Amino acid sequence: MQFIGEHLLPGKIGHFFALLFFSASLVAMVAYFKAANAKTPAEEGGWRRMARWAFFIDVLSVFAVFGTIVYIIANHLFEYNFAWEHSSRSMPLQYLLSCIWEAQEGSFLLWTIWVCVLGLILIRRAGKWESPVMTVISFTHLCLATMIMGLYFFGNKVGFNPFILVRQMDFAANAPIFERADYMSIPQMQDGQGLNALLQNYWMVIHPPILFLGFSSTVVPFAYAIAGLWKRQWDWTRAALPWTLFSACVLGTGIMMGAAWAYEALSFAGYWSWDPVENASLVPWLVMIAGLHTMLVYNATGHSLRATHFFLITQFVLVLYSTFLTRSGILGDTSVHAFVDSGMNVQLALFVFIFLFPAYGLFIARYGKIPHIVKEEATGSREFWMFIGSLVLFLSALFVIGSTSLPVFNLVTKKKVAIGDDAQFAYNRIEIFIAMLIGILTAVTQYLKYKGTTFSWWWKKIWLPTTVALVISVLVSVFGGIQYDKYGIGFLAAIHLAMFGAIYAVVANLAYIRTGLRGKLRAAGPSIAHVGFGLMLVGILLSSAKKNVLSVNTTGILLPFAPETKQDPMENLTLLKGVPTDMGNYIATYVSGDSVDTRSKTTYFHIHFDKKRSKEKFDLYPDFIVSTKGGGETSANPDKYHYWDRDIFAYVSYAENPGGDTAQFRPSAPLAAGDTAYFPKGYLVLDSVLINPNIGKFHFARTDTAIAAKVSVVTRDSMRYVAYPALYFKDGSWQFANDTIFAQNLALQFDKIEGRKIVLGVKESSQMVPFVALKVLEFPQIAVLWAGTIIMIIGFVISIIWRRRQAALTVSR
Amino acid sequence: MKKSHIVILILILASVAVLVSFMGNLSTYETIASARQKAGKTVTIIARIDKRQPIEYDPKKDPNYLSFQITDTLGNTARVVYHAEKPYDLEKAERITLKGKMDGNVFNVSNGGILIKCPSKYKDDPASNKKALSQN
Repeated sequence: MQFIGEHLLPGKIGHFFALLFFSASLVAMVAYFKAANAKTPAEEGGWRRMARWAFFIDVLSVFAVFGTIVYIIANHLFEYNFAWEHSSRSMPLQYLLSCIWEAQEGSFLLWTIWVCVLGLILIRRAGKWESPVMTVISFTHLCLATMIMGLYFFGNKVGFNPFILVRQMDFAANAPIFERADYMSIPQMQDGQGLNALLQNYWMVIHPPILFLGFSSTVVPFAYAIAGLWKRQWDWTRAALPWTLFSACVLGTGIMMGAAWAYEALSFAGYWSWDPVENASLVPWLVMIAGLHTMLVYNATGHSLRATHFFLITQFVLVLYSTFLTRSGILGDTSVHAFVDSGMNVQLALFVFIFLFPAYGLFIARYGKIPHIVKEEATGSREFWMFIGSLVLFLSALFVIGSTSLPVFNLVTKKKVAIGDDAQFAYNRIEIFIAMLIGILTAVTQYLKYKGTTFSWWWKKIWLPTTVALVISVLVSVFGGIQYDKYGIGFLAAIHLAMFGAIYAVVANLAYIRTGLRGKLRAAGPSIAHVGFGLMLVGILLSSAKKNVLSVNTTGILLPFAPETKQDPMENLTLLKGVPTDMGNYIATYVSGDSVDTRSKTTYFHIHFDKKRSKEKFDLYPDFIVSTKGGGETSANPDKYHYWDRDIFAYVSYAENPGGDTAQFRPSAPLAAGDTAYFPKGYLVLDSVLINPNIGKFHFARTDTAIAAKVSVVTRDSMRYVAYPALYFKDGSWQFANDTIFAQNLALQFDKIEGRKIVLGVKESSQMVPFVALKVLEFPQIAVLWAGTIIMIIGFVISIIWRRRQAALTVSR
Repeated sequence: MKKSHIVILILILASVAVLVSFMGNLSTYETIASARQKAGKTVTIIARIDKRQPIEYDPKKDPNYLSFQITDTLGNTARVVYHAEKPYDLEKAERITLKGKMDGNVFNVSNGGILIKCPSKYKDDPASNKKALSQN
């Protein structure tokens, strides 16, 4: 059939470039491989020139693919599934790009684009490492190209074509609308499904690009490690160091942006909940940090090169493994975020193995050749303790990924196990000791010299910061109000110990900038990053250990029955509209809940807080979103009030679905003034009809036309009420102004006029009194976590600049 | 023996200790019937909500009491009690993962122990796409 109104050209162009992308990256990889193995400089130059051209075409194709998708979305070509599924006409401009990475294939494209940018920089700057490093990069690019290719090989689908039409999708098979040639003119093809309401958040604009820059940059240190093994040249670490720093910095930033998003929008009741998707990005970062430290050790002393190879290979394999975990749908029963199965599981698993086997194979084959120093590190040397620290980081990463991988373990062994009772505590009780160890190692190791330190020298430098840290942490422990005994005295003690470790890291590294580096800030990147990391730990410990549920019902009025015995505190509190309710140190009042944005169906609830025995008061506006997509899922976003030292954090844990009141208005018989109508709970009398009323609740403009009915309502319990439902003409259409008698759960509507009579609608509902169930938490010292994060990033940036200068100096020498 | 070997040995021993305690804390996936056998022990159940029975949640009375009926693949049923807020879209869930303890015929879910799987939350659900195509 010849369909009318389709624009097929952009899709053809896009798919052509997707295939060109695949072919060009294949050519680039082969040519770079040849160049890297070339015997003579002339031969190498020839292959390299060809490889570069291929890579440029590759980059061009990727941008053409991306540009075509942007074109399709911007021009609302809804015959394309990408536009139809992920965008809509009413979408604000800033979400235009966001809807590209909402899609799986779109997020692969984002990854691909960053690899392009990194590849171009490497071609400019990598020098003698260009050929082997770019071989690995081009190979990665080739693998990513297969993800968006959408071709069939022997009946197996490879990749997902982003230019597929709606009518070609599986779900569209047999849909009757495609039996018409002019299906494009049918309403459901005139607009797309839009971006999931949950994701309409400014973090969705910036978090994915940063996170994916982090993910894609992890390939660079990996490529250098492989290049070093391949060429048997062991000075690659100097060139790779700034890249490793960059990768650690960006990936860390991306992860913490995700934490910030979870904290302020996704109502996770916190910034970190050890969700498998969070773990999947944290684990590669931990291993990368381990590799970064052993790399520094190798550059300074010649020790730990084997470990560096191992860590940098492993971190990239873990990035691929995380990709598999989060996108294959295997986490379905353990994570709230993971994508569901997209039918690409085999391909995603292959993506892991195609790197895992050759990389570890090469590592094992070359293991004996990797230079190492037989004499072991001195106990008092910096390299020894840095190595131990890296090992601790690696083991903690192994623990986290192991626990996260239980679904994979179940799949392979056909067993059925899951993390026990309290998933978060299962992680916390281990990681708290890791935090303590890492904190202390971060503090003391800076004061050790490479190759060995005499104890007296070390002690002379470190006794003061140690004493200061001890004093501060004792003060925090005694006066800080940490009384988190939910998990017993042992865990509370661990919190205090970890707190000491964290404070020690901050103090000792601050002091080191003064005493060790004499305030030379340009070289102080590591110390600054460590201070930031220490502060993050302090912030995490304080905010988690002192997290306080405020919405505990303290009045006992609204809890008529207490079913069974329970250990969990009652964490939700019901607020009736307009009724001030006792909530810990505050009196909370639900003021109003008005739907502000009808398109995204967001309802904002206005909650007013008065602090008891004080003049302090503030208002919070947590919201409630009904997704415009899919089955109309609902979700709630918190709002928070910042004190300098803590946040008050509130979200709606239950609200009547704004559109979900199932009770209907039942029309009365037409009534004239003085007529009576009956309804199950009583009867009403139409007293009079008022034209353009100017009483009490009505505030009509001069240009509006309004008719109100004065109705007396008498209910079975002999209560008498007067209500004024109205109908008014505003901005070209008739509107209802209903009146509600809350005490009787009764709503009245001025339905219509029939001749000289009017019809009233009566609605009885059990849910007429507006209320919300609210959860309110107090997060103390949360600002310390964010400040620490920013300081750590600054430390990384200073290090990158410093190390790049050093790397440039060594090359020019 | 080298010092680093000693330290590594200590770390390995610590890891084994962690692993053992971790394994000890693992819960198992159970059916309703087998969960009854292990009353008082934390287990994980994957089941469907029995929609013929009402979901009891009246936040006006008590926002911290939720109760509903579940059916597992073997057809057994149990009543679930959860002392916290009703998760959003519970009634739309196809399948839910529950973590908690069986106590008689009542399955007490531990705090945060309900995980709902709505396929359309983060990835588009073919079924809802199909519906969107054929509406109007």
